[in-house]
Amino acid sequence: MANKIIRREEMAQGTIILNEIESPRIAQKAKPGQFVILQVSEKGERIPLTMADTNPEKGTITIIYMVIGKSTAAFKDLKVSDEYYAIIGPLGKETHVENKGKVVCVGGGTGIAVLHPITRALKEIGNHVTTIVGSRSKNLLILEDEMKKASDSFHICTDDGSKGHHGFVTDVLKDVLDKEDINLVVAIGPIPMMKFVCDITRERDVETLVSLNPIMVDGTGMCGCCRVTVNGTTKFACVDGPEFDGHNVDFDELGKRLQAYVDDEKASYEAYMEAN
Amino acid sequence: MAEKESKKITIPRAVMPEQEAEIRKRNFDEVPLGLTEAMAQQEALRCLQCKKPVCVPGCPVSVPIPEFIKLIAEGEFSKAAHKLWEKNALPAVCGRVCPQEIQCEGKCIVGKKGEPVAIGYLEKFAADWERNNGSGAVPAIPAKTGKKVAVIGSGPSGLTVAGDLLLKGHDVTIFEAFHKPGGVLVYGIPEFRLPKAIVASEVETLEKMGAKIECNFVAGATATIDDLFEEGYDAAYIGVGAGLPRFMNLPNENMIGIYSANEYLTRANLMKGYLFPEYDTPVARGKNVVVLGAGNVAMDSARTAMRLGADSVKIVYRRSRDEMPARDEELHHAEQEGIEFVLLTNPTQFFGNEEGRIIGMECLKMELGEPDDSGRRRPVPIKGSEYKVDCDLVVVSVGSNANPLLTNTTPDVKLNRWGNIEADPANGKTTKRGVWAGGDIVTGAATVILAMGAGRDAATSMHDYLTIGW
Ligand SMILES: Cc1cc2nc3c(=O)[nH]c(=O)nc-3n(C[C@H](O)[C@H](O)[C@H](O)COP(=O)(O)OP(=O)(O)OC[C@H]3O[C@@H](n4cnc5c(N)ncnc54)[C@H](O)[C@@H]3O)c2cc1C
Ligand SMILES: Cc1cc2nc3c(=O)[nH]c(=O)nc-3n(C[C@H](O)[C@H](O)[C@H](O)COP(=O)(O)OP(=O)(O)OC[C@H]3O[C@@H](n4cnc5c(N)ncnc54)[C@H](O)[C@@H]3O)c2cc1C
Ligand code: FES
Repeated sequence: MANKIIRREEMAQGTIILNEIESPRIAQKAKPGQFVILQVSEKGERIPLTMADTNPEKGTITIIYMVIGKSTAAFKDLKVSDEYYAIIGPLGKETHVENKGKVVCVGGGTGIAVLHPITRALKEIGNHVTTIVGSRSKNLLILEDEMKKASDSFHICTDDGSKGHHGFVTDVLKDVLDKEDINLVVAIGPIPMMKFVCDITRERDVETLVSLNPIMVDGTGMCGCCRVTVNGTTKFACVDGPEFDGHNVDFDELGKRLQAYVDDEKASYEAYMEAN
Repeated sequence: MAEKESKKITIPRAVMPEQEAEIRKRNFDEVPLGLTEAMAQQEALRCLQCKKPVCVPGCPVSVPIPEFIKLIAEGEFSKAAHKLWEKNALPAVCGRVCPQEIQCEGKCIVGKKGEPVAIGYLEKFAADWERNNGSGAVPAIPAKTGKKVAVIGSGPSGLTVAGDLLLKGHDVTIFEAFHKPGGVLVYGIPEFRLPKAIVASEVETLEKMGAKIECNFVAGATATIDDLFEEGYDAAYIGVGAGLPRFMNLPNENMIGIYSANEYLTRANLMKGYLFPEYDTPVARGKNVVVLGAGNVAMDSARTAMRLGADSVKIVYRRSRDEMPARDEELHHAEQEGIEFVLLTNPTQFFGNEEGRIIGMECLKMELGEPDDSGRRRPVPIKGSEYKVDCDLVVVSVGSNANPLLTNTTPDVKLNRWGNIEADPANGKTTKRGVWAGGDIVTGAATVILAMGAGRDAATSMHDYLTIGW
């Protein structure tokens, strides 16, 4: 019935998991860039994850998440035909997709999963899309074929040089910006990556969209847990975002706020791994 | 008659047995233990059974107070509960959270010379008695009308609408954004003041009466009201509360350790952060806690912080003691539990360490100046009176606004300039055909009983619509 996992894949050597889940109402409504909040059980934390894909006809949504703590570890233990206790959504604003001419999509880690539906939509509406994806190593890269298909020009970067460019996504980005007239950059990935991308594009005055991932509780604007500073004012990422003009985001504050519960999270994860 | 009256008044007002302050301030169990049957009957005898009771008009939903109290005096506890239900679907809740001192008890004649009849204690007593000893039978449901109603939000106002319309034979589905129904009664008001089992039992009764409850449904996002109409609903009630926390816009307000009361209480209550790590959601456990504001929400936050192990908890409020808006009982309980009231004081900025965690704040002293529009003397800052307070947790509890998530998707529902829904005060009708609204989303943050009263009026009007027309 509802919330049932109908497909499960392990990616990046089991560090990243894909679930396709039955959720007809959400599948009907969801737009690229929106997210859902899931709970594994009544006792579980509310975890926001972007929808990497949706299938309105089949009534399913797809999430792709990195296993990094207690909740995502518990998600990983769910098998096909298991059910999530709760899924709410679609939440957040959809990506504003328009034909800008030439655009660059930059993705790192599971940010690539978040970036995929946006990339696809940007291409469908007529943009020339250059995509740059990065990971630590070739084995950790996800959605390579899918991203390639959604792009006109495709670049891979690995920190260890095991595939594509040996180095960071920002190296390739600079190259592309030097050679071509780019009107929009979309950057989704770890905070340092988004921050460095924005430093580069700010200098060149290229509009840049980022997707932020602060800690959340309700996801509907009622708690303020997800507040981020953009252009000197406080925004609630769950309803005002999660996408923002990257040039105005206070990434340092976001980075700090993400550390709010590190000690609790560590204890919780260790206890879970010991028990299972 | 005069003789009889004076005899009754000589009985002292019942003293509620409570967990001792030193013990309860470290646990989440309910503070008042409840009156015994004998105590309740004795207290009921203090009621003068006035021919023209003034307590009843003091109650926003006109509970038949002398009647239910008389039944308690006669030992007819179950009948007393049923008498309450005639006007109030959630007496176990209201007996615990209503501001009786400005409503029924504030008007009570006995209170003119001495202490008023403890109407709130008696309401709680009768409702609890029936829950614990009653048959659990639910009211008979009439033949189905075949009409479908969507109730959006499961707070006290939505629950009231649902109950009333079920009793008229309509099909009711409650749509709730959170994973548990109850609204503020589950996410806001803490266990030690309103045990969640009580709310759950009220919701269960509605389910037994045939209500369907769809949790994890964010109206406006998961589906709009028009979508619901397309799915075959005939009418909708919007009771989504006032869920948009206000902050103070002070420097460094986004540092770690500064919470809105909504977040702090949701983590602690709904997500059961006080049971972390058994429950997964953590909540900060501050040693030196400051709560900004002085309403019920602020008291709940302060007392929660104390229960989570704080060494010191301060309420910082810019006006004086007399203006603190919280219920008397909450102020009294908070003080007993060692919460410190720092009055005529306003925060000006926060300080943090290099990790971005709060370590202190600056406050400014105030004095009372000329009366403002509300007739209260306006607090004005005393120049140069800034001083520092050490703290590692701050809870901002200075009110909330209307959350636009749903109303953004209903352009034909007219809002006022603060974003609250404009509804007809008599019957809750909005400007959109087939749609009613009530509770905090209409009035701004108010009270449980007002939200329920609005729900009752709307339900009557909705029934007319479903059987007669708009
Ligand atoms: C809008 C949004 C979309 C996201 N989309 C994706 C996605 O598509 N794929 C993906 O892998 N990750 C995504 N994330 C991040 C994901 O939510 C966190 O990795 C997850 O919550 C970690 O939970 P945990 O219990 O496993 O780890 P924990 O050990 O609890 O936390 C690890 C780190 O994750 C962050 N985190 C913890 N709790 C929360 C919370 N409730 N909300 C948000 N962040 C939290 C904190 O920085 C924490 O230090 C998204 C986050 C947001 C806000
Ligand atoms: C901490 C705290 C303490 C309080 N103490 C007292 C007290 O002692 N006495 C008193 O009388 N009053 C008290 N109040 C005020 C009282 O609780 C409220 O006035 C009352 O709950 C309002 O009822 P409501 O039904 O309008 O909304 P709420 O109780 O706020 O319920 C609204 C419900 O709608 C849901 N919702 C919101 N948006 C959507 C959506 N888009 N789709 C679906 N569902 C949605 C919410 O999740 C929530 O469950 C307190 C409030 C708080 C926060
Ligand atoms: S997560 Fe609560 S307001 Fe955004």
